[in-house]
Amino acid sequence: MNTFTDPYASSRETTEGTVFSVTGGDWDSLVTEIGATKEERVVVNMGPQHPSTHGVLRLVLELEGETVKEVRCGIGYLHTGIEKNAEFRSWTQGVTFVTRMDYLAPLFNETAYCLGVEKLLGITNDVPERASVIRVMMMEFNRISSHMVALGTGALELGALTPMIFCFREREKVLDVFENISGLRMNMAYIRPGGVAQDLPAGSLPKIRETVKELRRDFKDNEKLLIGNTIWMKRTEGIGYLDLAGCTTLGVTGPVLRSTGMPWDLRKTAPYCGYENYEFDVITATSADVYGRFLIRMAELEQSLRIIDQCIDKLELSEGQPVMVADKKIAWPAQLALGGDGMGNSLDHIREIMGESMESLIHHFKLVTEGFRVPAGQVYTAVESPRGELGVHLVSDGGTKPYRVHFREPSFNNLQSTAAMCEGSLIADIIGAVASIDPVMGGVDR
Amino acid sequence: MNDKGMFGAPGTGDTSGFGGLVRIPASTGSSQRPYGSYFDEVADDLERAYPDFADAIERVVVDRGELTLYIKRERLVDVALVLRDNLLFEMCLGVSGVHYPTDTNRELHAVYPLLSLTKNQRVRMEVCVPDSDPHVPSLVEVWAGNNWNERETFDMFGIIFDGHPGLTRILMPDDWRGHPQRKDYPLGGIPVEYKGATIAPPDERRSYR
Repeated sequence: MNTFTDPYASSRETTEGTVFSVTGGDWDSLVTEIGATKEERVVVNMGPQHPSTHGVLRLVLELEGETVKEVRCGIGYLHTGIEKNAEFRSWTQGVTFVTRMDYLAPLFNETAYCLGVEKLLGITNDVPERASVIRVMMMEFNRISSHMVALGTGALELGALTPMIFCFREREKVLDVFENISGLRMNMAYIRPGGVAQDLPAGSLPKIRETVKELRRDFKDNEKLLIGNTIWMKRTEGIGYLDLAGCTTLGVTGPVLRSTGMPWDLRKTAPYCGYENYEFDVITATSADVYGRFLIRMAELEQSLRIIDQCIDKLELSEGQPVMVADKKIAWPAQLALGGDGMGNSLDHIREIMGESMESLIHHFKLVTEGFRVPAGQVYTAVESPRGELGVHLVSDGGTKPYRVHFREPSFNNLQSTAAMCEGSLIADIIGAVASIDPVMGGVDR
Repeated sequence: MNDKGMFGAPGTGDTSGFGGLVRIPASTGSSQRPYGSYFDEVADDLERAYPDFADAIERVVVDRGELTLYIKRERLVDVALVLRDNLLFEMCLGVSGVHYPTDTNRELHAVYPLLSLTKNQRVRMEVCVPDSDPHVPSLVEVWAGNNWNERETFDMFGIIFDGHPGLTRILMPDDWRGHPQRKDYPLGGIPVEYKGATIAPPDERRSYR
């Protein structure tokens, strides 16, 4: 008998059966007590605060021994009401909100939203080419940083620590690129309706080229660690199986869909931002399991680097060209510049609106406080985010604020497939399956 | 819409934004054939495969290169099945609710974007129901992935999806009152004071229309 009694760990009788509270350190007594109940079926609550559930995800597991009979996901722990909030801000301010949804892929949220606003405005073809190339480059860098977290934390959750160290080392380099270009490492609000917030800083292209070279070299570390690794294969091969029919009925997209052999990638099937002008391959696997999804993410890194290489070539040729639509009624008036105290409104712009032209001041004031009007109607635009189809449903009533902003988050839809992937498997395989879906709870709950 | 230019409220001299101006969502009328793109083909195929087309589809709207079918709610499941099985729209990308308080007897809209992987086409289904009777048949039987999306739309708009296997709140707590994304639900927030001046919470600030 144990002499230590934990005042918080207890058991109580309910109509559903005995409920045990576990606080850690009392596993022995718990196992003894459960063993004494002769109950085959145990319901275990896992999360929302759990190191292996990929964020604040709560899983309710019905177990028989180690076999999972039923899985239920509990979500909503990170609900922030971004969609509602966006209805009370101007169209431009919406970017600052939506970038915080899927916090590992902020640039995809921004791009999807801005493409929607541009479609509503009817200026899709007026966005300068240089802006589109910058968008593509930023998104592909973002795909790398997002996949790095997916791979790193996925491996960590299965007990492999070293890949995470390597992944976060690589991600750091990508975040440095973001910091250099936009001033921020996350939630940049860099992509704006009509273009991007500002052009690349002088001399950044050689630096980016250098980063691409380093990334290409360092990705090999993880490949060597994991591909073909016996332990890794045993934890991932044949785990979390979901076939094409399951994916289509559950609305699952992204690497999970591509792991069934379906080459569905919106960058190819419905190109946006000029993706039709880039050479890259859609990576697929046929195993429809965790290992297949892992291989897809690994191979997509190289494809992203290929696209970035082409972006840099294009950017070198378009040096000095505009990065925002010419329409002054839409383009954000503030010109940013680096001053002695950091990034801020450029002194030239301040001089113009404060000292030279009253009309400029009025224009600046109206556009910043009131915003631009967007013709009434609704649109749906989609981009291929690292997790699948990120769709935006925008409704305008003709005003200066969105009437409705809805994000069709791939994490939200893909997470639904947990039950289909895990029921009947062992409890340890849930971790691998959820990691291969790679849900980001900020995106799931919005 | 008879707004002129980008700025200012039409009809009055008020440009302050405090004029109590009402936001009226525009209702686009039905589109005329030819719709353009692959939309005629979709409409033709649907008419052939579903003889009650004229009765089930209230309006067909083509706007900004997107096709929207406004469907009577009684026929929603039938049309969805035809779209899935005959027209190969294998995937439903969820459901998004929209609340139009001024659209009398059609206050709540449920919007379903559909995707065909085989034909690389998209259409949108839209169902309009009155606030007093917010029932829409569930499409979980047609596309299992609509389960969570319908729960979210119920949670946020109060649209009741009949036949859903477990229509409970999904994002808000179970005991939450009201449906937060409806237009009559306030955003909330508190006024912020700074050096004697008070800034109202976002939903009470000036609104330009």
